Amino acid sequence: MSYIPHTDIERQQMLAAVGAPTIEDLFEAVPSSHRFPALDMPGPLSEMEVLAELQSLAEANEHAGDYALFRGAGAYHHYIPSAVNHMLLRGEFYTAYTPYQPEVSQGTLQAIFEYQSMMVQLTGMDAANASHYDGATSLAEAVTVALEVSRHKRTKIVLSPYIHPQYRAVTRTYHQGNDLDFVGDDQARSAAELADLLDDNTAMVAVAYPNFLGQIEDFSALAEKVHSAGALLVVVANPMALALFKSPAAFGADIVVGEGQPLGIPLSFGGPYLGYFACREAYVRKIAGRIVGETVDKDGKRAYVMTLRPREQDIRREKASSNICTNQGLMALAATVYMSLMGKHGLRKAAELCYHKAHYAAKEIAGLPGYEVDESHPFFNEFVVKCPRSVSQINDRLIERGIIGGYDLGRDYAELSNYMLVCVTEMNPRDEIDALVEILKEVGA
Amino acid sequence: MTAPGKKTEPLIYEISVTGREGVKMPDCDVPETPLPDELIREEVGLPEVSELQAVRHFVNLSQLNHGIDTGFYPLGSCTMKYNPKVNEDVARLPGFAFLHPLTDDEGAQGALALMHQLQEWLAEISGFTAVSLQPAAGAQGELAGILMIRKYHLDRGDSERKTILIPNSAHGTNPATAAMAGMTVIELPSDDKGNVDLEALRAACAGDNAPTIAGMMITVPSTLGLFDSNILEINRIVHEAGGLMYMDGANMNSLLGIVKPGELGFDVMHYNLHKTFSTPHGGGGPGCGAVGVSETLKPFLPGPIVTIVEDTNDLEDAPLYGLHMPEKSIGRLKAFHGNFGMHNRAYAYIRTYGGDGLREVSRHAVLNANYVRVNLADDYHIPYNRYCAHEFVMEGHFEGVEGVHALDISKRLMDYGIHPPTNYFPLIVHEALLIEPTETEDKATLDEFISAMRKIAEEAKTNPELLTEAPHITPVKRLDEVRAAKQLVLCCRPEFLTAAAQAEG
Repeated sequence: MSYIPHTDIERQQMLAAVGAPTIEDLFEAVPSSHRFPALDMPGPLSEMEVLAELQSLAEANEHAGDYALFRGAGAYHHYIPSAVNHMLLRGEFYTAYTPYQPEVSQGTLQAIFEYQSMMVQLTGMDAANASHYDGATSLAEAVTVALEVSRHKRTKIVLSPYIHPQYRAVTRTYHQGNDLDFVGDDQARSAAELADLLDDNTAMVAVAYPNFLGQIEDFSALAEKVHSAGALLVVVANPMALALFKSPAAFGADIVVGEGQPLGIPLSFGGPYLGYFACREAYVRKIAGRIVGETVDKDGKRAYVMTLRPREQDIRREKASSNICTNQGLMALAATVYMSLMGKHGLRKAAELCYHKAHYAAKEIAGLPGYEVDESHPFFNEFVVKCPRSVSQINDRLIERGIIGGYDLGRDYAELSNYMLVCVTEMNPRDEIDALVEILKEVGA
Repeated sequence: MTAPGKKTEPLIYEISVTGREGVKMPDCDVPETPLPDELIREEVGLPEVSELQAVRHFVNLSQLNHGIDTGFYPLGSCTMKYNPKVNEDVARLPGFAFLHPLTDDEGAQGALALMHQLQEWLAEISGFTAVSLQPAAGAQGELAGILMIRKYHLDRGDSERKTILIPNSAHGTNPATAAMAGMTVIELPSDDKGNVDLEALRAACAGDNAPTIAGMMITVPSTLGLFDSNILEINRIVHEAGGLMYMDGANMNSLLGIVKPGELGFDVMHYNLHKTFSTPHGGGGPGCGAVGVSETLKPFLPGPIVTIVEDTNDLEDAPLYGLHMPEKSIGRLKAFHGNFGMHNRAYAYIRTYGGDGLREVSRHAVLNANYVRVNLADDYHIPYNRYCAHEFVMEGHFEGVEGVHALDISKRLMDYGIHPPTNYFPLIVHEALLIEPTETEDKATLDEFISAMRKIAEEAKTNPELLTEAPHITPVKRLDEVRAAKQLVLCCRPEFLTAAAQAEG
């Protein structure tokens, strides 16, 4: 049946070898009162039927294959070169597991090493790990590193309100048992106001680049204040933006984390994505999760292996700083293949296309009566639009015309109701942008 | 096995050529806006290779790997079963792959219906009331479970319960999780049958200890591959002390349709969808660590979960699904809705088997493990040699043969084209080799493995260097792991490569 290859004869031969009359006998240690319950579930389907059922579920969704998409807010629709998927579908990659046995896992190990190398280049940091679950959990793990760096003497964590709201929520979920003081996102509204919260109990300050409103800010001044208070500066950065804008290292970041999804990973309703984590050399031994290092085999041949293993849960158990085991290995591979194919020039070009198209859209929308575009800061591929009516009303009209509109910022920021976060990438040709502008004009009238 | 005679591959940076372009991007079709120069960087040190160079590079790298698609992979506690190809197609359907996570609920009804159905099926299989698909991996499911237990006690106004009991056979993630959640761990010994030592458990839960017990984490069947015959009693003792029971569901591949953990009295467990339901392992993830809970913990589930917002009486009409945050939720564990790409694969897998088919999965996983166990019992010491579940543990050393260890047997197996079992885990078995064949392997493959293991046992006695020097045919031989940790090289920097090339040139 399905993927079980046994024939009747083989089953009999195997049972005879085991010395059990029936397969049921093998379960004698399971309490008999609870053994072999019925499962109230539908019967089996053929591959053909399964595919048809899932196709109909898939087609019930409004997706970027059918609609013009202007929504980002932490998940971005970029072009993924065809070869990325072909490489991910190599069975040698996706049907392997964690490379505990390096002699038969050099493919995975070297790919992770290359991934780490590329993330180091993008962020300007000294080292990167093999991945976390997503951008949100990378930020949560950065808090753990900052606490370790302070030897658990400091308990205050300052978060900018313009870090993705869900990242801030996840960070709080992770640390609810640790008696920490999360501040900043309830009151501070600028880098200067964040700096005012610094004291000798502050372990770290985290900001986003670009932030959730799309804004790009030079935070060198903040970095200086954070460092003189003896705290770490953590920057949550969109890696696609880093192909164009200065690296967080240039502004003094100590740890750079974020969502690697823009690097060749499809939207996929929110996952699987790729949490990346990079830091300065001083903190390498405090990073959670897997790290691959270079070494040699006994013949002196260059090879790769998981290293600094004694930090990890399977060895340190309750003394490990994180419980992470399985991470997002295949997604890190996707990013590595993507960055290799796009290369130095292609990634820059894609980032520039995002920038120019977003600015074209912003300029056109700013010219519409009733709309205002926030131009207080430079931006990358997202910007805030003040709308003449509710964002949901506007989006209802847009969807009728085949457009998925921007994100409703009022969902997360009370003071931003009627504000829409619009995202434009290289996937939006000019006629889509013009159509968006045209409909916004009609709706606003 | 890895491709025969395969050579190692240069780094992608080493084949990079200055000025070479890979994938072409379209020209800009809108008027350009000047860049803010003070914020713009010069360039990023990424490789410059052609598409063919990149493809060959990654294909060559892939061939240095052993995967399920290339050979037997009996890695205990990881359930390395066949990953059906159609499930990969399912996850890549445009309606799933191009669906934005912040699509309004009305526009994501297909995805939400799928997640809702998967929640229901996972609840039915495990005997729990409700399921959250939020956790991204087993370890995150564990964190969810322990945070729920913590919050449940606090919600009752009880802040004294900070102890989590964990058997010494547990996965390392269990104690690490408890510590992450701010709990204290008490380790319990195992008895000579591999079960939890009941006397030690009773003592840990007795008298003044009882009010400090938050709960217990236990793997069922245990990491020794054994069903603990006292499981009902264990649940009773901990509950009587006021603690809750967490089941590590890493080994669910032996329990589908065999027993429902919820009916045994557990309060919460996590699944590993990448193990039990074959959403692939991906070379180390992504996974999904869905958690199931009893009625007691339902309000505390991590969210959002999918609920029916508006039911329908008409069978033809689908209900309206929506995302919902449980009332006392521990919160979000991830941005968005969990690893949806694992949800759709697991859905396809479960739908392919149906309820009775899933029972066959576990029956055959257990049959295969027992078949290998009895066939190796003459050549290896099997400390708990009774009916096992889907895996069993044996000792990787031989009487009278000094200097041959579990690691050497593992490395020698590579020369036979087989991935080694999990070694040195569980920690309570000397020179442990944990073997899990899974149900998708046929008898011929198991016989080949048995024969290889017997030959290796023979070689250990006649020519031990064959083992201690192994592997012999892999792309690289044993690595200097001490050097990797002492002389840290964690990335290759293009400027170093350039410098090295100039020095050589």
